Parts: sequence; C-alpha cells; structure tokens
Amino acid sequence: MLEIRNLHVAVDGAPILKGIDLTVKPGEVHAIMGPNGSGKSTLAYILAGRDGYRVTEGEVRYGGRDLLALAAEERARAGVFLAFQYPVEIPGVANIYLLKVAINAARRHRGEPELDAMDILLRVRSKLKLMDMDESLLYRAVNESFSGGEKKRNEILQMAVLEPKLAILDEADSGLDIDALKAVARGINAQRDPGRAMILVTHYQRLLQLVVPDRVHVLAQGCIARSGGWELAAELERTGYGGITGREGGEEARP
Amino acid sequence: MATETLKLDELIARGYEHGFYTPVEVDTVPSGLNEAVIRLISAKKQEPEFMLEWRLKAFRHWLGMTEPAWSTVRYPAIDYQAISYYAAPKSRAGGPRSLEEVDPELLRTYEKLGVPLEEREILAGVAVDAVFDSISVATTFKDKLAELGIIFCSFSEAVREHPDLVRQYLGSVVPHTDNFFAALNSAVFSDGSFCYIPPGVRCPMELSTYFRINARNTGQFERTLIVADRGAYVSYLEGCTAPMRDEHQLHAAVVELVALEGAQIRYATVQNWYPGDKEGKGGIYNFVTKRGDCREANSHISWTQVETGSAITWKYPSVILQGDNAVGEFHSVALTNNYQQADTGTKMIHLGRNTRSTIVSKGIAAGHGKNVYRGLVRVGKSAAGARNYTRCDSLLLGDKCAAHTFPYIEVKNPSGRVEHEASTSRIGEDQLFYCQSRGLSAEDAVSMIVNGFCREVFKELPMEFAVEAQKLLGVSLEGSVG
Repeated sequence: MLEIRNLHVAVDGAPILKGIDLTVKPGEVHAIMGPNGSGKSTLAYILAGRDGYRVTEGEVRYGGRDLLALAAEERARAGVFLAFQYPVEIPGVANIYLLKVAINAARRHRGEPELDAMDILLRVRSKLKLMDMDESLLYRAVNESFSGGEKKRNEILQMAVLEPKLAILDEADSGLDIDALKAVARGINAQRDPGRAMILVTHYQRLLQLVVPDRVHVLAQGCIARSGGWELAAELERTGYGGITGREGGEEARP
Repeated sequence: MATETLKLDELIARGYEHGFYTPVEVDTVPSGLNEAVIRLISAKKQEPEFMLEWRLKAFRHWLGMTEPAWSTVRYPAIDYQAISYYAAPKSRAGGPRSLEEVDPELLRTYEKLGVPLEEREILAGVAVDAVFDSISVATTFKDKLAELGIIFCSFSEAVREHPDLVRQYLGSVVPHTDNFFAALNSAVFSDGSFCYIPPGVRCPMELSTYFRINARNTGQFERTLIVADRGAYVSYLEGCTAPMRDEHQLHAAVVELVALEGAQIRYATVQNWYPGDKEGKGGIYNFVTKRGDCREANSHISWTQVETGSAITWKYPSVILQGDNAVGEFHSVALTNNYQQADTGTKMIHLGRNTRSTIVSKGIAAGHGKNVYRGLVRVGKSAAGARNYTRCDSLLLGDKCAAHTFPYIEVKNPSGRVEHEASTSRIGEDQLFYCQSRGLSAEDAVSMIVNGFCREVFKELPMEFAVEAQKLLGVSLEGSVG
C-alpha cells in the first residue's frame, strides 16, 4: 500500500526528515509517536501533498505509484486521506456541501456517476450516529464555531464517508475529553478494514489503548528511532521519549 | 506562500468569456459634446421640448463642474470630446415592432450571452427590456404587465408615451446637478428603462434588463427610473456583459428609485463588463449614480449588487430614508482581479423616524486588484430612533491586491443607533490545502471558499440570479486563487 524509502524532507532549507523508511500494508494500523518537533506532522503533510515541503532524497510509493508526483487533490481522489490536527474553518460553506463535493470529486475520478444531495445525506446519516454527532452539524459552516471535540469528530466523519484506502490521522486525539476520545476511537475502529491502511500520528498512548495498532514507530530528530509492537507504546508511557531517543524531552515545538 | 501566489496568479489568468464583437451597422453621432449634439440626440429620439430643456440645463451645469477626485480609483484623464454620445443599431424606420423585426445579428449576440429572448419569454417568466448599445431592441411581456397597469418600457418610449410621469419623477432623486457623472448622464442619456407600478399592485414577475456595450468608442449613458406607487411591490434585475475591447469605455449610468407609502422596490445587479486584460489594458470605466428614495412612510428599498466586471467601478447605490419607518438595505459583492479597481459602497441617509438600514459588503481582491468599501451612514436631527447595522468583510487572494474600508458615520440625533463591523481575511494556504486534501482542485476550492464568503449576499438574490452570480464569481476568479 505505502512504501517510504530513505525519505529526506526540508522546510525552508532546514532538514526535518532525515531518512525515513516505512512500509504499511493494507489492513494495518501504524502509530507514529514522538516528541514535539520530531517531524511527525511533516511526515503527515508530505504524504498528503502540502506545499512548502521539499523532498531532497528518497521516494514514496502508494499502490506502486510515485505518490510524490501527484498533486494533493489527486492523492485525495486516489484514496489518501489526512485528518487534520487543526481542522480548518470555511465560513459560509455548509459541512454537508464540502462532503458532497469531496465525495463526487472521488467518484468522478473513478468514473462513477455523481451522487445527489439526497444520496449523500443518506450515506452521512449512519456515520453521524457512529460518531455521536448531531445532524445539525451538517448544515453549519465547515468547522466554524465548532468545539474542539466537534472538529475532531468531524474529521473522522469525513474519513468514514470518504472511505479512503490510506488514512493519515494527525493527532486525532489531541484536546479531546474522554467522551470525544471514545467517539473518535470508535470511528477509527469502525473504519479498520483489510483493504484500508491507517497511520495514527500521536503524542500519547491513550488513543492507542482504544485503537490498538499493529506497529508502533518512534520518530526522533527526523529518523525512526525505534519500531515495535503495541508494547512499545506502553514502554514509552513509562520512560518518556528521552529513554528511547537518548535525550530529555523534545526539541523546540513545531506547529 | 510563494507557491500559493503563483497558483493564484495562474488561476486568475483566464480570458474574458464574453469577449466577442458583433458586426452591426451602427448609426453614430460624431464624437464631441456641445449643445448641438444634445439637440441632435433629443431630435433623433423625437423628444418633447421639456426633455430637451432638461438636457440642456444639465449640460450647462456640467460645464462648470470638475471630475471628482476623492475616490481611490486612478485612470488616465478622460477626453470627453473624444467620445461619441449616441449610437443606435440601424433598423428600418421607426424601430422593430416585434422580435422578427430585430436584427438577427443582435439576437445571436444575446444567445451567446445566454439571453435567448424567445425562450426567456416562455421559460423564465422574466420580462426582458434588452438594451443593445443605447436603444431598446425588444420588450416582452408588456401586454401582461399592462393589464395590471404596470408600465415597463424603454426610457425613450416613456418620454413619448408617459411624459407626465417622467416629468414628475425624473431627477427627483438624482438631480441633474448631483455630481459630475450624473450631470453628464442627464445631458446625454441615450436610453434605459422606465417602470411604474400603480398603487397596490404587486408586480407578478421579476423585471430585468440586459445591458451591453458594443459600438466602438461609444460611451453608454443609461437612465433608469422606477416608481413604486403606494403599496406597490417590484423586483428588478439588471445584468450586463460586454464584448472584448481595447480602449477604455466610459459608462455613466443613473438609476433612480422612488418608493411611495408602503411600497417596496428590490433592485439587483449582476455586473460583468469587460474588466480589461491581465495587464490592465482595456476595460470599462463604470461611474454610476444609483439612488433610491423612500419618500413616504413604511417604504422599503433594497439594493443587491454583484460587481465582478469593469476596469473601474465607482458606484454607491444609496437610500434616502425620508418616510417614517422606512427600510433601506444594501448587499454587495465586489470582486477585483488583475488591475481592476473598485471604489464602491452605499449611503444611508436617515431622515424619518424609526428608519432602519442594513449594509452588508463583501469585497474580494485578487491579482493586483484594489477594492474599496466607502459608505456613509447619516442620521439626521429628525430621525429619532433610527438604526443602522453595517458589516464590511474583505477577502484577499494573493499578496499583490489591496482592500480598504472607509466608513463615514454622522449621527445628529441622540437616539440613533449605528453599528459597524469590519473584517479582513485572506484565503489561507491552509484553507486551500484542506479543500485539496478532500479532492477539490485549487480552482474549485477558491470558488467554493469565495462563494461561502459571499453567501449572505447571494441569498438576497432571486434564485436563478444567485446561481448565475456563483458561476460568474468562479469564472471571474479563474487564474486568481486556488
């Protein structure tokens, strides 16, 4: 599904990722952990195709194709989904409308007929229930005056509706109360599927107690410092990142 | 950020869709302006004496006026003697009596613009008073409207057929002395639309006019007068496009609205005149005076405008709230791309008691566009209990454009309440990326974000116009923002 080979990425000339190797197979859930500034979000963005990041070395293959050659929207239509750490507000655009154009962009890409508003609504309703979200949220402007929890749930809702092949969840758990965390975890677990791969980017182990990953990787200073099974996350919780990376805490925080 | 700007620039760099020129024989008066030209225009239009006198009065006043320089728009000096002040498509004597008599070339032009008159008659239920260059070509639905006592015709026809009404109301909202461009228009106006809704009548259809500038070097001086008598209601749509041209063209229209007791007038504009090319060459100069008069109690006038065209837009649709409890509204979307300049806004003049006004302005600037909101809210001494709410939002696309807001507020009655809110934002790289990561192209993303930004205004437009406006915004932004 996803093969990352010796990936080096720089932002404004400064190297952030320094040789990442990672293979994710269909059906697998991988957790990427690490302190602030370790390059986790950069990895998420580079996979989703955000501008401003320069690949200086290495390659990323997605389903055998050169992922880095595709524009962000092409990746999305080909089944790559990024759940944002900070979901973006779009005033005046109804949440359901964004879902509709997103679904239809992917369907057009696959040569399938577009869905009308009613079809979309029927699809979205069942997922709303899963995420414990009120239908009124569909008619509010995208993420505008959503609470932190509503925004994160909304990201997972979009994932559930868009049914991607590769989902990258960038700190889907940050800033959530326990109920919202459970709803988000429920949404993610419901999307685990033999045909779908997921990458969970997170600081903490608490999400990983609810969504048990197949593999855990610790990112430090732009490299994968360690990889292991779920038990690695538990170890981190006891020792902190310093125990693994050989340093106390992280570097300066990057947004 | 650099890549974003590049992307925006590419998107904005789209050609003008309606850029074509129709070869039609044109009857044109030689360029230049003097009393003889005004007499000639008046004579060609077979106007009664009072109309000629009014034109001459305006012309003599105009001679003593200077072009206003207080706005932010910048343009090379206009040579008023180099402009031809009258052009009418040539036709068999007396003008067409029906669509069959209309020059087929003209009809094809309308079809290119998506205004097939014949179909419109049946499908849309819209009576179109189409203006090609300066004279009306065809008027539809007239009979149906006539049954209700509604007069909807070209201005020239109104001058001939309803001189008393014209005489009573012409210049009563925008006097011939009002401003430089209004005075010029009063002297040389070519044609336009006239509409009168009798007492208690609710106009059963949206009335609309399509304007178009076509003949080379011909300034357009439209004059529109709409009178809603006591308790009447009318909704009026004005939309325009113009073909691709090289020289700047001057357009100085005047629109006057009069609402008597309990009457309501809704006036909506979608303006898409040629904005000039990517380097800012060509494009229409649009200096318009639009004003409504809520002359009696409980009257209501609302302006809704979507301004995407013209090289220069200088336009302040206003409402004078004379009658007690009168309501004035202004909803505006103004978009400037490439080197377009817009200095637009409104004036709400509160004179009557408990008068209310609402202003919602959405300015969008892309490319090197300059977008200015300029608005006056005045609460006079007599306007006890007057209230105004103003909201001005600006959206910037790219880093070479500019948006400014100049609110003028004058309150002379202590019970007046005036609120003003303003915001400036830009389409962020994060918004674009968010949409793209959901599968939208940069262009579709920008279009969606901008339309979202304008939603408050679009919902004031009649349904089919709103759809048109959304498409227009998308087209106008192509190559501008992702």
